[in-house]
Amino acid sequence: MSGEALDRARIGEIVAAHQGMEGELLPVLHAVQAAFGHVPQAAVPVLAEGLGLTRAEVHGVVSFYHDFREAPAGRHVLRLCRAEACQAMGGDRLALAAQEWLGLDWHQTSADGAVTLEPVFCLGLCACAPAAQVNGRLVGRLDDEKLAALLGGVRS
Amino acid sequence: MPLDAAARACGAEEVVAALQAEAVLRGITLDVVRNGSRGMVWLEPLVEVETEKGRAGFGPMTAADVGQVFDGGPLALGLVEDLPWMKAQTRLTFARCGVIDPLSLADYRAHGGFVGLERALGMGVEARLADVIASGLRGRGGAGFPTGIKWRTVAAAVADRKYIVCNADEGDSGTFADRMIMEGDPFSVIEGMAIAGITVRATKGFVYIRSEYPDAIAMMTAAVDVAREAGVLGASVAGSGPAFDIEVRVGAGAYVCGEETSLLNSLEGKRGVVRAKPPLPALEGFLGKPTVVNNVISLATIPVIFERGAQAYADFGMGRSRGTIPLQIAGNVARGGLFETAFGMSLGDIVLGLAGGTASGRPVKAVQVGGPLGAYFPPALFDTPFCYEEYAGAGGLVGHAGIVVFDDSADMLAQARFAFEFCAIESCGKCTPCRIGAVRGVETIDRIARGEAAAVPLLTDLCDTMKAGSLCALGGFTPYPVMSALRHFPDDFAKAREAAE
Ligand SMILES: Cc1cc2nc3c(=O)[nH]c(=O)nc-3n(C[C@H](O)[C@H](O)[C@H](O)COP(=O)(O)O)c2cc1C
Ligand code: SF4
Ligand code: FES
Repeated sequence: MSGEALDRARIGEIVAAHQGMEGELLPVLHAVQAAFGHVPQAAVPVLAEGLGLTRAEVHGVVSFYHDFREAPAGRHVLRLCRAEACQAMGGDRLALAAQEWLGLDWHQTSADGAVTLEPVFCLGLCACAPAAQVNGRLVGRLDDEKLAALLGGVRS
Repeated sequence: MPLDAAARACGAEEVVAALQAEAVLRGITLDVVRNGSRGMVWLEPLVEVETEKGRAGFGPMTAADVGQVFDGGPLALGLVEDLPWMKAQTRLTFARCGVIDPLSLADYRAHGGFVGLERALGMGVEARLADVIASGLRGRGGAGFPTGIKWRTVAAAVADRKYIVCNADEGDSGTFADRMIMEGDPFSVIEGMAIAGITVRATKGFVYIRSEYPDAIAMMTAAVDVAREAGVLGASVAGSGPAFDIEVRVGAGAYVCGEETSLLNSLEGKRGVVRAKPPLPALEGFLGKPTVVNNVISLATIPVIFERGAQAYADFGMGRSRGTIPLQIAGNVARGGLFETAFGMSLGDIVLGLAGGTASGRPVKAVQVGGPLGAYFPPALFDTPFCYEEYAGAGGLVGHAGIVVFDDSADMLAQARFAFEFCAIESCGKCTPCRIGAVRGVETIDRIARGEAAAVPLLTDLCDTMKAGSLCALGGFTPYPVMSALRHFPDDFAKAREAAE
């Protein structure tokens, strides 16, 4: 089975699993991203056909939401909170340090595919700021030491 | 042991593992119950030990210090209920949060759960609506619209299907009340939604949770399953009412989807673009059907109103701000967390008293209330009582009651710039003043930072245009943080200018 055929079958399964839901596109896209790590361009026409939408509609939704990636992320995803409560606790300074250390700007992935750096606007950890999220795991009271440990962990 | 995301982010899992290991070493059998957070986030992870006298607290606990739970030590806090932070509160909505096992229906019932729903089931629709109106409850999501009036509109609408949508998009920086209650007492949200459902005759509810809250998503989903299995939800609410069921949906990282019409579009699988009102969502909401959209805290407060009575709830508060509000105190504070209290507390008492001033020990410079669209308050306005009208009168907003404190190292020009930057990133793109204005705003602030005094009136004009010409509060209220920064902290806007001269 070719890679593309496999993708189509998998996407078909995802669409089928969501049948009968009202307004199912977001749950479907989350499931596609969970399966493939991103929403592949090739998935758009398949989804459009399966859900009775136009390609433009599906593409429009994928591109509207910050969560949906059009390309795979690195092996690790480091998200740093950029919102106000974290700013008040020195989050900007830590974010700058992380950017310099990784040599990455927001939304960039390192050349070796190890890590993607992303901004996030509030993780609900505002009373134990600054906050971060590494591969889904939440980290509060971020400081230089904790950040160094996180950066060490995402480098490979 | 709390399983709240903030406690976990501060090492709760490591503490649980260390406690288990220590217990084995000491030959003690531990019965570990995972509860939500008490809201004293500066003490998290907070270990509580059930004793004859009550629950004894230890925190902020670390894996290295768990011996103190057995032997005592400097982290021992005494009885949690006796701590000043707990005693000074009026915990109505959050009464069970941090106390019970969030997924135990037996615990929930033992602490007053479902009393409100049972009572509501015994009342007629009109009586229920009258109670919600009489309670004075106003939407806790930000706009402060009377909840009972909204419900009455939906109840009166004639349609084959109606919906209840719980807005759990909580995107405001400095807020975490929705997250805390969903993680610590999810059945209260379910109970509130069920009462809403039977009152407006909706059969289906959605909880739309932001994707940044993985723990809340897991907890709400599990709680809905438990409630359905127990017959609280499903073909007949609590076994005797009409049908009502709930589905949990996950957002996709768009702040604007907290705006109710954008949220509805998102639920329908569309781009989260804001809809023009009218039509009101109450009349044409999800899939064009009458829909109640309420914030998590509004809904979680409904059971309290039916359990204790509308008047008992309305007796708290002041002016047109009735009942209690969960203050969320965050940023640069010595004691950050959630504090539920009657409306009316002064900002100074909150920031300097409750929160104990800044974490850095430096003077407070500014306090942003109400999230990224809320105004920055200087200490000169610290006597403002925490109420909807009073905040509006002071050029600000209560919003979702997030309070973010900054010390004197904050640069208010940078904060104003961030407000525009955030608006530019999160704008849904529907109206020009917001979409383009936010980008112009960043440029204008950069000009001021370079010393161009002439750019200041441009900034004011731009804010006026955004206020007047934006469809929703993202574009319409971004001028609040910007203009309050300019008004109250003019020095930060003049510094660069002086340097240039
Ligand atoms: C940009 C924007 C973001 C909003 N975000 C939220 C949110 O995260 N949660 C919320 O409950 N309301 C939010 N609101 C307010 C909702 O539009 C709406 O007023 C609220 O959900 C109604 O529920 P309530 O009456 O119980 O407050 C937001 C409004 C705007 C304009
Ligand atoms: S003000 Fe901004 S976010 Fe709100 S509708 Fe207009 S463009 Fe969209
Ligand atoms: S502002 Fe960073 S977690 Fe809320």
